[in-house]
Amino acid sequence: MTGGTELAVQGRFGTAVSAAARRGELVVQPRMGMPTVTEMQQGLRAVRQARATTVGTITLDSYTRVGDHSSARRALAAGSDLNGFPIVAHGADVTREMIAGVGDPGFAIQVRHGSPLPLGIVQALLDAGLDATEGGPVSYCLPYSRTPLKESVDAWARSCELLAERVPGAHLESFGGCMLGQLCPPSLLVAISLLEGIFFRQHGLSSVSLSYAQQTSFAQDMEAIAALRRLAGEFLTGTQWHVVLYTYMGVFPQTTGGALELLRSSAVLARVTGAERLIVKTPAEAHRIPTIADNVQALEEAARTAREVGDAASEVADSGLYAEARALVETVLDLGSDVGQGFLKAFSRGYLDVPYCLHADTAQRTRAYIDGEGRLQWLSAGFMPVRAVPPAGAARLSADGFLHMLSHVQRSFDTPELDSGSRTLPSRGVLSSSMG
Amino acid sequence: MALPVPGQGTHPLGDRKRRVLISSTSSDSHTWNLVFLQILLEEMGHDVINIGACVPDEFLIAECRRTGPDMVVLSSVNGHGFLDGTRVISRLRREPDLAHLPVLIGGKLGTRGEGDSFGEQLMAAGFDAVFEDTKGIGAFREYLATAGRAVELEATA
Ligand code: B12
Repeated sequence: MTGGTELAVQGRFGTAVSAAARRGELVVQPRMGMPTVTEMQQGLRAVRQARATTVGTITLDSYTRVGDHSSARRALAAGSDLNGFPIVAHGADVTREMIAGVGDPGFAIQVRHGSPLPLGIVQALLDAGLDATEGGPVSYCLPYSRTPLKESVDAWARSCELLAERVPGAHLESFGGCMLGQLCPPSLLVAISLLEGIFFRQHGLSSVSLSYAQQTSFAQDMEAIAALRRLAGEFLTGTQWHVVLYTYMGVFPQTTGGALELLRSSAVLARVTGAERLIVKTPAEAHRIPTIADNVQALEEAARTAREVGDAASEVADSGLYAEARALVETVLDLGSDVGQGFLKAFSRGYLDVPYCLHADTAQRTRAYIDGEGRLQWLSAGFMPVRAVPPAGAARLSADGFLHMLSHVQRSFDTPELDSGSRTLPSRGVLSSSMG
Repeated sequence: MALPVPGQGTHPLGDRKRRVLISSTSSDSHTWNLVFLQILLEEMGHDVINIGACVPDEFLIAECRRTGPDMVVLSSVNGHGFLDGTRVISRLRREPDLAHLPVLIGGKLGTRGEGDSFGEQLMAAGFDAVFEDTKGIGAFREYLATAGRAVELEATA
C-alpha cells in the first residue's frame, strides 16, 4: 500500500493526464481497436495528431478477451474482420514495433480489453513496453464473462501485482463506473469504481483512475461524479488518482446529429464536474465498429466543446447519492480488510447486485427504472443497503417496454433530429425495430 | 432476413407452446440482447432456457442434449457472429442427434453494419433462419407466428 504525504510515482499514462489537468485541459481518448498492425498503427498516429489533447487506445478483440487466441490467429490469417487488436496473437515483438512506428515514444497508450482472466494480456502489454490498462475483478467479470467471480478476483490480484512489480507507476483504470453500460443506478457504479480503486491499491498500484459512465440525467450524473471525487479523496489518500468519464455506454442514438449532441453533452459534463479524462463514442456507435476517421471526428468534436465550456464549476444538488454510495462502500469494507474477499461475500449475499446482470455469481434480485425526470432509480433493491422508490402502478415488463426503457437516451437525442428531417444513417436497429 | 426453404426439415414454433434455448456465442459477452429475446419469447407463451454470455461450443452442445429444446436461438452483436456462428453450427450439425435441431441466429453479425450481409452463407453453413439486425425485429415475430403455417401450406399445396 502507498501512504504518507509524498505523492506516489506515476508512469507515462498517469503523468500525461496530470500534466493536461494542470494546464486545465481535458484529455480525450477513443475506444479504438483495429485487427491489423498497419491499421492499428495508422489509428494511433491519427489519434496523436488529432486537434485535441489525446492519449491513445489499443482496444482488444473479443477472441483475445475470452482467451481464444487460436481463433484470433485464424481470423488474422484469413483476413477476416475482428472487433479489435489481438495483442497476444500478434505477440509482444510485433506490438512493440507497431508502437515504435507511431513515432512518438512519449505518447501515452492504454490497452482496453474486458477480460476476467487478464494475466496473459497484462504480460503481453508489459512485454510490448506499455504501462497502462483498464479493468477490475468485478467490472471485467460480470459484464464480460461467465467466469466465476472468485477466479477473476484472484487473477486480477496477481495481474495488479505483476503490473506494479514490472513498471513502477503503471496505471490501472477501473471499469466499475460502467458495468452493463445502462440501467444501473449511479450510487452502485460509484461504489464499485471506488472499491476497485482500493483493490488496485491493496495489490500494489500507485496510479489509478476511477470511471463513471454518463447515464440518463445530467443533474444526477453531476451529483454522481461529485460523490465519486469526494469518496476518492477520503479513501485513496497517498495514491495518484483521477476521474475518467465515459460518453453514454448504452443504446446509442442512430442519427449522426443525435450521436454528436450526446457526445457534446458528455464533454460538457466532464468539464463542469472536473473529470480529467473523457472516453468518447462516435456516430457509428449504434451501427458498426468505428473507422479511424469516425474516431478522430469524435475526439475533435469533444475537445472543441470542452474548450468552449472552460472549467466552469457548477453547484450540485444533493439527493442523497453520496450517502447511498458510501453505505455500499462501507458495507463491503466491513466484510473484511481484503476488498477482494469483501466483493465475493457482498455479491454472494446480494449486498452488491447489478440490475439485469445474468452472471451466476450475482443475486439477481435488483431492478432499475427511469423516473419522470429522467433519473435512474431502484425499482427493487434486493438485499442491498439502499432504498427502492418504485413508481405507482409498476406493470410487468413487456418486450416493447424493455426496449422503450433501453432506448430512452437514444430517443431523446434522435427525436429532435428526426423531427427536423436532418440526415440519418441508413441502417435501422433498436429504435425502428421496437416499432416493428 | 434469410428464410428457410420449405420442407428442408425446419420445425418453427407455430402456435404451440415450445421450449426455446437462448444462447450467446463463444466470444460474445453482450446480454441485453439475450434478456430482450427471453422476454419476447416468454411473452409469446414459450418456455425459455437462457444460458447467457460467452458460451463455448462444447457447452452449447451439452446444453442442447441436457435440455432437449424445440428450437435454439443464437444471438450475437459483437461483430464476430458470422465467424462464431459458422464454426458452431458446423460442429452442431456434425452431431447426428443434433443435425436436424432447428437453430436460428440473429443480431449484428459483422463489424460493418449496412456493409455486411451474411444470411446466405450462414444458411449454407446449416442455420434454419438468419435475422440480421439491420432488418429489424418484425421479421422474427412474423417468422415465429406464421412460418409454421406457411411451411404446412406449402407442403399441402
Ligand atoms: C451496452 C453495450 C455494451 C455493454 C454490454 C454489457 C452486457 N453484458 O450486455 C458493454 C459496455 C460491456 C459492451 C462491451 C462490448 N461491446 Co458493446 N455495445 C453496447 C451497445 C452500446 C448497446 C447494446 C444494447 O444494449 N442493445 C440493446 C439490445 C436489446 O439490442 P441489441 O443488442 O442491439 O439487439 C437487437 C437486435 O440486434 C436484435 N437481435 C439481437 N440478437 C438477435 C437474435 C435473433 C435471433 C433475432 C431475431 C434478433 C436479434 O434484437 C435486439 C432488438 O432489436 C452497442 C451499441 C448500440 N447498439 O448502441 C455496443 C456494441 C454492440 N458493442 C460492440 C462491441 C464491439 C463491444 C466489445 C467487443 C468492445 C469493443 N471492441 O468495442 C465488448 C464486448 C466484449 C465481448 N467479449 O464480446 C459493437 C459491435 C460492433 C459490430 N457488431 O459491428 C457495438 C455495436 C458498438 C460499436 N459500434 O462498436 N457493450
